[in-house]
Amino acid sequence: MLGRTANGLFWMFRYIERAENTARLIDAGLRMSLTRMEGQEEDWDSVLRSAGVHGNYLQQHDEVTSADAINFLLRDKSNPSSIVSAIEAARNNGRMVRTALTREAWESVNECYLTLKSRHSRRVQSADLPAVIDEIKQRTGLIRGAFHGTMLRNELFNFARIGTFIERADNTSRILDVKYYVLLPSVSHVGSSLDNVQWESILRSVSAHRSYGWVYDDDYKPSHIADFLILNGRMPRSLAYCYDKINSNLGYLEREYGTRHPAHETAASTLAMLRAGEIQAIMDSGLHEFLEGFIGQNNRVAAEIAEAYRFYQD
Amino acid sequence: MPFDEMLTADDSPRKPYEGYFRWHSEQKASDLIKKSRDAENVFRKTGITFAVYGKENAGERLIPFDVIPRIIAGSEWRKLAQGIEQRVVALNAFLDDIYHKQEIIKAGRIPRELIEKNDAFLPEMIGMRPPGGVYTHVIGTDIVRTGENQFYVLEDNARTPSGVSYMLENRETMMQMFPELFHLNRVRPVENYPKLLRQSLSALAPPGCDGKPRIAVLTPGIFNSAFYEHAFLADQMGVELVEGSDLKVMDGKVKMRTTKGYEAIDVLYRRVDDDFLDPLTFRPDSALGVPGIMDVYRAGNITIANAPGTGIADDKAIYSYMPEIVQFYTGRKPILENVPTYRCSEPDTLQYVLDNLAELVVKEVHGSGGYGMLVGPAASKRERTEFAAKLKSRPGNYIAQPTLSLSTVPILVKKGIAPRHVDLRPFVLVSNKVQIIPGGLTRVALKEGSLVVNSSQGGGTKDTWVLED
Repeated sequence: MLGRTANGLFWMFRYIERAENTARLIDAGLRMSLTRMEGQEEDWDSVLRSAGVHGNYLQQHDEVTSADAINFLLRDKSNPSSIVSAIEAARNNGRMVRTALTREAWESVNECYLTLKSRHSRRVQSADLPAVIDEIKQRTGLIRGAFHGTMLRNELFNFARIGTFIERADNTSRILDVKYYVLLPSVSHVGSSLDNVQWESILRSVSAHRSYGWVYDDDYKPSHIADFLILNGRMPRSLAYCYDKINSNLGYLEREYGTRHPAHETAASTLAMLRAGEIQAIMDSGLHEFLEGFIGQNNRVAAEIAEAYRFYQD
Repeated sequence: MPFDEMLTADDSPRKPYEGYFRWHSEQKASDLIKKSRDAENVFRKTGITFAVYGKENAGERLIPFDVIPRIIAGSEWRKLAQGIEQRVVALNAFLDDIYHKQEIIKAGRIPRELIEKNDAFLPEMIGMRPPGGVYTHVIGTDIVRTGENQFYVLEDNARTPSGVSYMLENRETMMQMFPELFHLNRVRPVENYPKLLRQSLSALAPPGCDGKPRIAVLTPGIFNSAFYEHAFLADQMGVELVEGSDLKVMDGKVKMRTTKGYEAIDVLYRRVDDDFLDPLTFRPDSALGVPGIMDVYRAGNITIANAPGTGIADDKAIYSYMPEIVQFYTGRKPILENVPTYRCSEPDTLQYVLDNLAELVVKEVHGSGGYGMLVGPAASKRERTEFAAKLKSRPGNYIAQPTLSLSTVPILVKKGIAPRHVDLRPFVLVSNKVQIIPGGLTRVALKEGSLVVNSSQGGGTKDTWVLED
């Protein structure tokens, strides 16, 4: 297959993942603003930071308001990570690799794009927001389902999956990094209602507020939340889970091509580090430093994969 | 009254349409309208769109599809096919001649400067004979009809004709929506086009190619108006769809960058214009092409279809010489007629054209897609005056033709059916033989009375049936 096709699949699925994550972040932000009367700007400020678009936002707006932040995250074309931009980029990549997709997989992404495009031609009224967010989650779910249900498990599939998990690992680590201070023991007065709202919001941003209770059979606790999102191998948005999947997909490529690349080594050592990690040790030596290190490592894996499989012209 | 292909003056169906007409009159109008909406949804969902250039809000559009087929009798088709084949053979002979001995110029049948001063003439191709001696592998001959037995060739699209994917998708859609029609009528199949294209391209692989030729389709990318078609053809043929950035000249071959390394390509079906093909030879600013591909080509290590420089054969200024060209190379009179064409470069002719602008269609010599043309009878006085000024300042840039009374075929409208003007683009494949796909793309002007069928100007398409006798 062409290196450009691998690249197209990789980014198509990164963008779908990104759109879905942004939808979750908006969802969590809405929830937070429902639970308190003031200080909402702060919440949206941190949502913008988690989405990695805070600087971009401030170039166009003087202050953070919920309406502007939501619009920026949802449909602003100048924000390459807005849901509308991300779905358009996913669909453009999908068009580019059309010959590598099944009809079902292509049509699901094309329909997602067409639906969002017509729905987001103007600002969304706040009363309609929950329905809009649900629709995005449903549509991206449909794309994933069509892809899983119809695509051959070959190299095409591997590149798409690797894109999904690189993006997801990046998103989860950013969400944690923006909020790491609320997880720090020094500032957490256990049981304060504000903390509980903050913690729940972190879990909500990764759709894990329910499953948390199934795994950690007690109230929210910062170290458990961090453990769940970083080290728990069963939690589908945790860093450990993402790296397990990245490694298995890279493993298929290694067997199929008979070649091991530096990307394999970096991904394997990242997974080993996560498997051996202890949450208390990570928090003691600095959650922020750990996350920063991880984000850098994740970027490096992505760059090494692009290099190994000739995503770009040399 | 223009000639209607379905109905005679007393509203009874002509022979090829008898079966369809009976079926049609038994259908509920509302059902047909619903089906035509369904068809549109299928096209939208599948992403069968084309891009519109140069307009604000440019983006992707659907080409409207009309569910009433355009039907051609087997006997009518045989004559058309003979005429097309004759023309295609002549075009290839003409290209071989003007890039080699130039007998036709020496014989005084075509002015030398018309060839050598033409932008579509590539000096790089002089003395170059493509693998198999074929220059134009895929051709879409535009044909219009004005009467029972009167057909004209409007254009020979010998460079990179598009539209074949619509021919295939239209048929697919019709068969899905109205399977019973294909039991009632014996319609000749078009579905094997991708297979024939693949065989045809394989047959012309470079002589040095051992084993199964590796084929790729070269596209300018997703923002090109015909991208859907490029992806569709690559997919249907089971070959790679490449962009210029995927290709590189290495070890005297053109290779594509794959996840496993570089792999050689033997045949490139390119849907990129000559100008953009090789930035080292042609436009240095082209990011769409492959630096050095012309060297590989000249060394005989890759087949490029269609060959660079074929544009000289479908140039609108050359078009007016087609009757001479056919006669010169086949030794016979053309079976299909040319539309009488006025070359505005000739001063007397220019005056005639200016005096009769209200009756003529004036086209840019190098234009396509219906851009930059004037349809005299439909234009306002002001439009004609403005156009006359352009014409006077660059007469060599224009040709003029009488406004033909194009035939009509009914389309489905709210009130039932209504006649609209059509043209026809059959597709031809040339390898060691000439194959003409029975059918083609029928384009239809959706506006009442309009003669402009181009999709970029609001035209639609129809499925085109050639019946078995």
